[in-house]
Amino acid sequence: MDVLHWDGTLSAKDFRVGAFAFSQKWESLNSGFPPWVWVLSSKHPWLASPEEEGYLSLEKICISRPNEEDIDQISQIDTGEEEIGCPGNEDVIDDATLVQSSHHELHYCDFHIVYSSTFRVPVLYFRSYCSDGRPLPLDEIEKDLPACSSKELSKSKWTFITQEEHPYLKRPWFKLHPCGTAEWIKLLFLSDTAKPKFEVVLELYLLSWFSVVGQMFGLRTPFKISN
Amino acid sequence: MEAQKFVWEGAIPLQIHLHESQVTALPPPPPALILAPRIGYLPLLAPLIKPYFSSTLPPGVDTIWFDYNGLPLKWYIPTGVLFDLLCPEPERPWNITVHFRGFPGNVLIPCEGEDCVKWSFINSLKEAAYIMNGNCKNVMNMSQSDQLELWNSIMNGNLEAYQRVSSKHKLSTVDDEYTSLCLPKAQQSLGETNLTAQVKTDKCFTLRDALKILLPELFSDESLTNVKLSGVDFEDAVRNPNEDVSSDKVLEDQGQRSYKNPEAGNISNSAEIKLIRIQGIEPKLEIPFSWVANNLINPDYFLHICVYVKVGQ
Repeated sequence: MDVLHWDGTLSAKDFRVGAFAFSQKWESLNSGFPPWVWVLSSKHPWLASPEEEGYLSLEKICISRPNEEDIDQISQIDTGEEEIGCPGNEDVIDDATLVQSSHHELHYCDFHIVYSSTFRVPVLYFRSYCSDGRPLPLDEIEKDLPACSSKELSKSKWTFITQEEHPYLKRPWFKLHPCGTAEWIKLLFLSDTAKPKFEVVLELYLLSWFSVVGQMFGLRTPFKISN
Repeated sequence: MEAQKFVWEGAIPLQIHLHESQVTALPPPPPALILAPRIGYLPLLAPLIKPYFSSTLPPGVDTIWFDYNGLPLKWYIPTGVLFDLLCPEPERPWNITVHFRGFPGNVLIPCEGEDCVKWSFINSLKEAAYIMNGNCKNVMNMSQSDQLELWNSIMNGNLEAYQRVSSKHKLSTVDDEYTSLCLPKAQQSLGETNLTAQVKTDKCFTLRDALKILLPELFSDESLTNVKLSGVDFEDAVRNPNEDVSSDKVLEDQGQRSYKNPEAGNISNSAEIKLIRIQGIEPKLEIPFSWVANNLINPDYFLHICVYVKVGQ
């Protein structure tokens, strides 16, 4: 398929292929983060679906409360730890990045990348909660976001957050509304002067996509698009 | 368009009981009897319901929500669809329970009031526009006052005002030739298909044909061959959803396990359709799909098809 005539969208099958490529690349680039896991799930458990449906999951990412020094720092907490009394547990925390504040609770975020059949693009679903599992409302989550992304949120027409039922888990989650995704993803790939083949685009699709949307949460994705 | 008028005028008689946990004075208040528009949404009834119960409510902040037989009701689904889906034997009046406290935030998306419902509606409309046109520009470009007029026309059941605004923004074109079928939203513990296909249809494309495309697992293999023969290139349509077709109708399909068998059996072979209900009627499957789509859609341009499926054990 010619990238010039591509509309920026993916089929469900493309998404699965792209998801696996993404999780592999992610592992090789981000040793500090846990891997994205493909979760097999079905929207119709009572019908045998011929296709493997599912979504990508990255959970228990610590989004620290930002202060003046550490606006963009993200650290990862070992998910094996049940008790979150993290400050002081030198083994699991990267001292250089953790915000230490005894009366500030640590907030965590789960991210799911789910395919949208309507918009034919990946959608980021997320939920945020305290160490005791208490879910956080949107205005609390926004305080954890890097300062620039809160501004982006309010003015950008590409990125706004809605609360919706998770298509597989059937519970309220937040999502980044996907209606502009196809357009800006296409721009992203077309701005690359060497016009890549679709297979290459597919391999890099989710990585490129997440490098943009992840920034909302201060998650930096270091990578190079190589031909 | 007589049928559309009937749909807009359709209403569900509700008998609304205050949940016992909210009753502070005995005897408990009698249930409120309210006629709810099919195309409307339950939280919009709050101003009608509150006066009945305000004297017995405990103090605090009100966030209204409803349940039917203990199942919290999704407020962003039109009332008529909820009724069609949850009452295999139509219950008249429909007995539901209202709550003003204890919103189940882990299960239900919060709804703070009319504005919430309005935005949910606009988002639905955007989604429909996206499916039909490949973008939501016509909805995004609606002026504030047009959006408000559209929303008010739905709240007041004013079909003429609605048609005025929607045709102004080219939200509606009917074309027998091409139909856009898309996936449905989630519903309670019920199933949903997740298939997008743009299908070239001819005038003989029936409701049955549409259902076969959306829920192929529920039709035997022979019927798939028939779909091909009747002029619908089924396989190509599913594989090439990017085909440049002018699509205009959006379809939403909701499957449900038989209400009496809450266990989900993972049996596809013995799952069969027992009942199909759209806007309270059980249409013959031979009806041309274009008629169904044109006349029975909801104001957000989604067609809700309630399917009762029996799942074997």
